[in-house]
Amino acid sequence: MTFLTQILNGLQIGSIYALVALGYSMVYGIIKLINFAHGEIIMVGSYLTWYMIARAGVASPIAIAVAIVGCAFLGMAIEKVAYSPLRSSPRISLLITAIGISYLLQNVAQLIFTANPRMFTNLFPGTVVIGELRLPMVTVITIAVSVVIMIGLTLLVNMTKIGKAMRAVSEDTDAARLMGINVNSTISFTFGLGSALAAIASVLYCCSYSIIEPTMGSMFGLKAFVASVLGGIGSMPGAMLGGLVIGVAESLTNGYINSSYTDAIVFGILIVVLLVKPTGFMGRTMNEKV
Amino acid sequence: MLLKVNDLNVYYGAIHALKGVSFEVNEGEIVTLIGANGAGKSTTLKTISGILRSKTGSIEFEGEDITKLPPHKLPSLGVAHVPEGRRIFQQLTVKENLEMGAYTRPASEIKPSIEDVFKRFPRLEERKNQVAGTLSGGEQQMLAMGRALMCRPKLMMLDEPSMGLSPLLVQQIFDIIKELNEQGTTILLVEQNAKMALSIADRAYVLETGKIVMQGDAKAMLSDESVKKAYLGG
Repeated sequence: MTFLTQILNGLQIGSIYALVALGYSMVYGIIKLINFAHGEIIMVGSYLTWYMIARAGVASPIAIAVAIVGCAFLGMAIEKVAYSPLRSSPRISLLITAIGISYLLQNVAQLIFTANPRMFTNLFPGTVVIGELRLPMVTVITIAVSVVIMIGLTLLVNMTKIGKAMRAVSEDTDAARLMGINVNSTISFTFGLGSALAAIASVLYCCSYSIIEPTMGSMFGLKAFVASVLGGIGSMPGAMLGGLVIGVAESLTNGYINSSYTDAIVFGILIVVLLVKPTGFMGRTMNEKV
Repeated sequence: MLLKVNDLNVYYGAIHALKGVSFEVNEGEIVTLIGANGAGKSTTLKTISGILRSKTGSIEFEGEDITKLPPHKLPSLGVAHVPEGRRIFQQLTVKENLEMGAYTRPASEIKPSIEDVFKRFPRLEERKNQVAGTLSGGEQQMLAMGRALMCRPKLMMLDEPSMGLSPLLVQQIFDIIKELNEQGTTILLVEQNAKMALSIADRAYVLETGKIVMQGDAKAMLSDESVKKAYLGG
């Protein structure tokens, strides 16, 4: 494979990481929680899409829409039921709850769908030929969809009322309340948005990797979390950049070194970057408010 | 009567921060709460805003009970709170900060209101696209007040507006407070700079360790011997 193909493969998986990393980063920005259940949303999204197509027999666009809406509601429900009652508790309680939710979702999925892996059929078969380059359709679609989503998200956060409210709440929750911003619904919206992005990521992921199992979210979620820390957790451009860097690093390792070292290299990069720049690529040093 | 606060008892864990605080603010007045550090001045404002909750008592605004209202419901009733330390959104631009102040108002009304704020604070207009964290202390205070004005408040609660500012800027901020009041906004002012606060206020309440120990005409208090001794530096 040529170097360019490796890079494009890297950008493909990297943009999926980026979509998930955005969810980690937005939630961290707004309630300072590393939402360890976020990886499991990918798993739920995958099962939902698979079930709708393979078992319920609906058309794939409808199946994808169901997965997006379903995951958004699941994300909001988790926040309402599990995190919101702990808002004024020590942060460690929240973190432990997130880990608990993560196991809960894995086990419920295992109960419903069994531990046997399911096969997911690529929704975007075929190849695209650009000059001398032959690319799988799914690579092109994944990169294109992610670029569009990232542009849309940047516009949402910078130009719309709810986006500005998200930034205001992230920065100073009490001051945001005094402005008349409903903090609870802003947090809910953030969870819904992050989970919807994870659902889209799950569909793109399944189209290339085709195997769905109840634990698929944990390693993938962990790497997306690494991507968001690498970029500077809380920063949206950082999450996008972090995702792409991790994806390209993985792909180059697979292509030129050895695929069994991929994870070691990914986490190695994280360690090196955090040693040199503890806030990640684009993170700000936050002044802790007393 | 615009604001009627009755028998507030607020606790921080085991600490009894407000012990039966009651007071009133009439329409058109400047009322100031003065007192030493830790007397409960900011706690009082936070309780009115709904950020803190009182175990007992009630808060009425324009005759309506607002005791249990969540904080985000107050701006649309016409209560603005400029918190201690200004608490502007450092990473948002000046213009975005002002937009946040008008969060509960329809989009069409925001632009003219921003123009009004810029007329009052021309410095903010010069810096409208700048990130607010880069403003000087005085400009940040102006932004915090401008942001509060964006909800067109009937009552503006100001918490330590003079904090960290040079005497010249303090004078300027107090002139603006007076001007806002003359134009019809009722002011509830919390200050450690008691002399400044009493000089522009109509009435004053003195808080001491969570209790109101004295109340009356602000000008009379300025010359009161015991107040002089305790709060005006002799």
